Amino acid sequence: MKLYCLSGHPTLPCNVLKFKSTTIMLDCGLDTTSVLQFLPLPLVHSPRLSKLPGWVSKDGTINLEKELKECAGRVFVDSQPEFCLPERELLDLSTIDVILISNYHCMMALPYITEHTGFTGSVYATEPTLQIGRLLMEELVNFMERVPKAQSATCWKNKEIQRVLPGPLKDAVEVLTWKTCYSIQDVNSALSKVQLVGYSQKVELFGAVQVTPLSSGYSLGSSNWIIQSHYEKVSYVSGSSLLTTHPQPMDQSSLKNSDVLILTGLTQMPTANPDGMLGDFCSNLAMTIRAGGNVLVPCYSSGVIYDLLECLYQFIENANLGSTPFYFLSPVANSSLEFSQIFAEWLCHNKQSKVYLPEPPFPHAELIQTNKLKHYPSIHGDFSTDFRQPCVVFTGHPSLRFGDVVHFMELWGKSSLNTIIFTEPDFSYLDALAPYQPLSMKCVYCPIDTRLNFHQVSKLLKEVQPLHVVCPEQYTQPPPSQSHRSDLMLELQPPPMPYRRCSVLGLPFRRRYERIHLLPELAKSLVPSEIKPGVSLATVSAVLQSKDNKHTLQPVPKPLPLPPSKKRKRVVEEPPEVLAPKPLLSGSVPLEAFLAVLHKHGITEVKVEETADGHILHLQAEDTLIQLEEDGTHIVCDNNEPLRTTLRDLVLRFLMKL
Amino acid sequence: MPEIKVTPLGAGQDVGRSCILVSIGGKNIMLDCGMHMGYNDDRRFPDFSYITQQGRLTEFLDCVIISHFHLDHCGALPYMSEMVGYDGPIYMTHPTKAICPILLEDFRKITVDKKGETNFFTSQMIKDCMKKVIPLNLHQTVQVDDELEIKAYYAGHVLGAAMVQIKVGSESVVYTGDYNMTPDRHLGAAWIDKCRPDILISESTYATTIRDSKRCRERDFLKKVHETVERGGKVLIPVFALGRAQELCILLETFWERMNMKAPIYFSTGLTEKANHYYKLFITWTNQKIRKTFVQRNMFEFKHIKAFDRSYIDNPGPMVVFATPGMLHAGLSLQIFRKWAGNEKNMIIMPGYCVQGTIGHKILNGQKKLELENRQTLEVKLQVEYMSFSAHADAKGIMQLIRMAEPRNMLLVHGEAKKMEFLKDKIEQEFSINCFMPANGETSTVATNPSVPVDISLNLLKREMALGGPLPDPKKPRTMHGTLIMKDNSLRLVSPEQALKELGLSEHQLRFTCRVQLQDAHSDSDTHIRIYTHLKSVLKGYTIQHLPDGTVMVESIVIKVSSSPEEPNTKVLLLSWSYQDEDLGSFLSTLLKKGLPAALSSM
Repeated sequence: MKLYCLSGHPTLPCNVLKFKSTTIMLDCGLDTTSVLQFLPLPLVHSPRLSKLPGWVSKDGTINLEKELKECAGRVFVDSQPEFCLPERELLDLSTIDVILISNYHCMMALPYITEHTGFTGSVYATEPTLQIGRLLMEELVNFMERVPKAQSATCWKNKEIQRVLPGPLKDAVEVLTWKTCYSIQDVNSALSKVQLVGYSQKVELFGAVQVTPLSSGYSLGSSNWIIQSHYEKVSYVSGSSLLTTHPQPMDQSSLKNSDVLILTGLTQMPTANPDGMLGDFCSNLAMTIRAGGNVLVPCYSSGVIYDLLECLYQFIENANLGSTPFYFLSPVANSSLEFSQIFAEWLCHNKQSKVYLPEPPFPHAELIQTNKLKHYPSIHGDFSTDFRQPCVVFTGHPSLRFGDVVHFMELWGKSSLNTIIFTEPDFSYLDALAPYQPLSMKCVYCPIDTRLNFHQVSKLLKEVQPLHVVCPEQYTQPPPSQSHRSDLMLELQPPPMPYRRCSVLGLPFRRRYERIHLLPELAKSLVPSEIKPGVSLATVSAVLQSKDNKHTLQPVPKPLPLPPSKKRKRVVEEPPEVLAPKPLLSGSVPLEAFLAVLHKHGITEVKVEETADGHILHLQAEDTLIQLEEDGTHIVCDNNEPLRTTLRDLVLRFLMKL
Repeated sequence: MPEIKVTPLGAGQDVGRSCILVSIGGKNIMLDCGMHMGYNDDRRFPDFSYITQQGRLTEFLDCVIISHFHLDHCGALPYMSEMVGYDGPIYMTHPTKAICPILLEDFRKITVDKKGETNFFTSQMIKDCMKKVIPLNLHQTVQVDDELEIKAYYAGHVLGAAMVQIKVGSESVVYTGDYNMTPDRHLGAAWIDKCRPDILISESTYATTIRDSKRCRERDFLKKVHETVERGGKVLIPVFALGRAQELCILLETFWERMNMKAPIYFSTGLTEKANHYYKLFITWTNQKIRKTFVQRNMFEFKHIKAFDRSYIDNPGPMVVFATPGMLHAGLSLQIFRKWAGNEKNMIIMPGYCVQGTIGHKILNGQKKLELENRQTLEVKLQVEYMSFSAHADAKGIMQLIRMAEPRNMLLVHGEAKKMEFLKDKIEQEFSINCFMPANGETSTVATNPSVPVDISLNLLKREMALGGPLPDPKKPRTMHGTLIMKDNSLRLVSPEQALKELGLSEHQLRFTCRVQLQDAHSDSDTHIRIYTHLKSVLKGYTIQHLPDGTVMVESIVIKVSSSPEEPNTKVLLLSWSYQDEDLGSFLSTLLKKGLPAALSSM
């Protein structure tokens, strides 16, 4: 059993597990942090961005002023933003049988894996994961395609050139694998390969392996996966949460008794308490509005935004913000809000009970009904006429490189009355803001990451007790910025097996057994004999049938009666079929009892001679010798086949057959 | 031999009060717990005294599963759990769990508040009963206990309807509840995988019907409604609040829109608005088309269909009214019917099945005079139309499901005996499987033949598979030998060698030696060669070796030739073999006794 690690990003994993005869990809996260190296894509022409100076090396030998622009001391690539893809060279992607998706954030690289690679397998995901994942992909494509950029920069990727670039561009890794966004056709084709599954559904793969998604508590439809045979169990834990937000709680007990637990997707903000962050978010928002400023919340269109809106629903009245307009801008805003209301089965208990009433599970339905929250596909169209300030705007993309958020950065960045509040933990806010410097607006960093922290995960692991843990190498040491915090790492016995991008790990367990079924007729024909108290044996002679990785044993068919041969009487001379050998024998033949049996069969003249290892029996009338020893019997018998077979059967009576 | 027993307490050769007991692998499961619409006395509930004469049912049942929210499938649930007494788990899907208590409360109100019955379950009992419910998701495998697992499949029929698979070890039963094999305007079609249950328990409401295409029925329906409205008549459509009602609303809504019709369409209020809300929130349970477009346009937000008020009954002019309940046995639909029955311009369209004893059943059978309470009679002058819109599988659909699931046995419930008989014959003919149709209280028993799961050592399995080659010859199956070790409830199949080693036993060698005399006028070494050549020609497929020391070896059997100087032509062959080669050894000694053919070349 092997694990191929195609992504080095701990929360956007992409691993491939080879287990029995199957090749299973676990998630295909897309590392979008690479876009931070690029200039933002403005929705309307931005004089500021277009006037940025090009970059030329200090000695003037390298001139990349077309490709690279300088802003506030940082260098950015002026090109369609690109993403860092999972490794595609480590193994042949066309050999992948299935892809298991754990949540909608961890599937964004799917079209790169399933399209144009020869992939012919299927993808398993829950219905919310598929639907919301589709929305996020459509949004990404839309963001990119509505502001096409004519040029694509490639020279800077040259190793020699990249080496002399200023940081952080110099330190960007795997730049040659970076790719621009996929097309909507690729998205549709990739998603058409998805087969829907429900929590605790047992899915058989080729009869060899069973996979089961379990609720992971992180987002709508998010799951961890169990990959098991009858004897081996691998748990794949991806983004999981123990906090009570909107999704169904995490199923922990089903992770018990794992041979290997692959642990990914822990919180990226181990020191930030989500509840505290939510409090900061609300108070900063209220403060800005009261002072007459606008609030910009760069966010994904699904996920934490539901919780933010729910929190605001309660907060608005108390904080006297009833007349402040809240805007949610995204090409998929409407769909995201609508979809969130129809997945009752995937929600926490409280929200389920609301559906039974029947009421919409999320209060944002009421915010929309009362016109407090309005949603628009983009800044163009209706929004421009409805737009009132001061207001609160939720919009993407959280990287601040594309989407409507770019427009609001340009619009509001210059006023210190306005505030931008970061809630998504995926991007460093300083890096995100870099191409907008110098900025006057206030920046508040309230990253809300509900995924497991180190404290919770060590408690969880104590509870479920896997034999081995595999995790990204980042989890085996404290974060570089807080190297003294030994509590911000995994400490386990035996120590976890770390992986990094391009690692190939041999997972430490040996398969020893396989499930086989005895047909009832065969089972009935077995004759068990007890050889020790509580231990019985039976010899099994049967025909093995293996089909679709399922094995059964059938009784040996009775030989067909030979057709009456008229021509020749050579039937006797037919040699025996080449058969598997007779059973092994064990035990010993007791002298007295054996003699008694011989006597019974009319063999009375037996001369017994004692030897060093046993006895020699001389059957005088028959001129036959039988040598009886503790662990062997030797019958010397000439020219008397009937006698020999009788003796053989008498000896066999005393022996155990295996 | 293990067996599965199925006993209907209700719905055995009957439609109504579905309640089926299944005993499988030592577990007892109750499938549905419904009431009978045709009775007002004790017969309306299943006879639970069959399970136990006194006391609670908890210890006799491992779980109760409700297939969908129709009262003939869940109407007796609070009575069973709270009045007879059952505290174990009750499983149903989320939509069923949401809607079922509302219908039960409605049923209770009609029975207790309107008809004044006592000794009936209370609102509190419905609530307490629902607390015992555990929601089921489609395709989720729910472990009821260590051995019993259940899994729900989509059944169409009504929102949240499910078929269930019940499994203990390798034995399984599938119960369909009510299902529908063709998608309609709001729901999808039932689906199940090839799960090969020991018994498939199927409803058979339309056992003998093969319905024409849905489109035709819809066109007919619309035509009749249209004609009646055009001539100024009123159309009454008795429905249950959830299910057909929504399908017909979608149908009329689109028709009204297209034809620009003005006559009002009403829906009796209360339940219905709520009902449409359920459809909106459980949109994932509807058909693909509705699911796909719900963001742009939610099909359950109707423009032309308004809420009904009792005062509208006497309004002049045409109108279309959907009113509950569907079988005209009580409530608003019956009240409207009484008012409108006398006018031949009006029409009543019965879109579903009516059980015996209901007014719906009577008028469908052409009864023109109805006896009401207080010895009143009612003349039925309005047109009575029956349109089969109720979403049950027809004969074709039932056969289709059998093909999908490939059951080993079939058992029919929820249908009329005569029709079942016909379908049973058809099933037995077409699929050559047994088909049962027990009456209420009658038990059908099916012997199962489960195979025995065993752990085989991977070494042994791999060795065998390698020996069998990539394409084993089906005519010459290889026999495999192994030792089954039974210890602490575990069954392990290992190679005999491994068994010896594991159990600390030593092997006992059994050997045979046999001397054969034969006349052969050749030198000893030539005789060796002659034996070698002879055996080569007789034994095909065996390894035969001529060793450097002169001896001949067949597999592991050694043949040695010697002769005395006095009689050089009398050869003594010494054969020695172990018990493992017994068959071959015995054959060789017999063969060689016959001597060697003279014509053998001494090559």
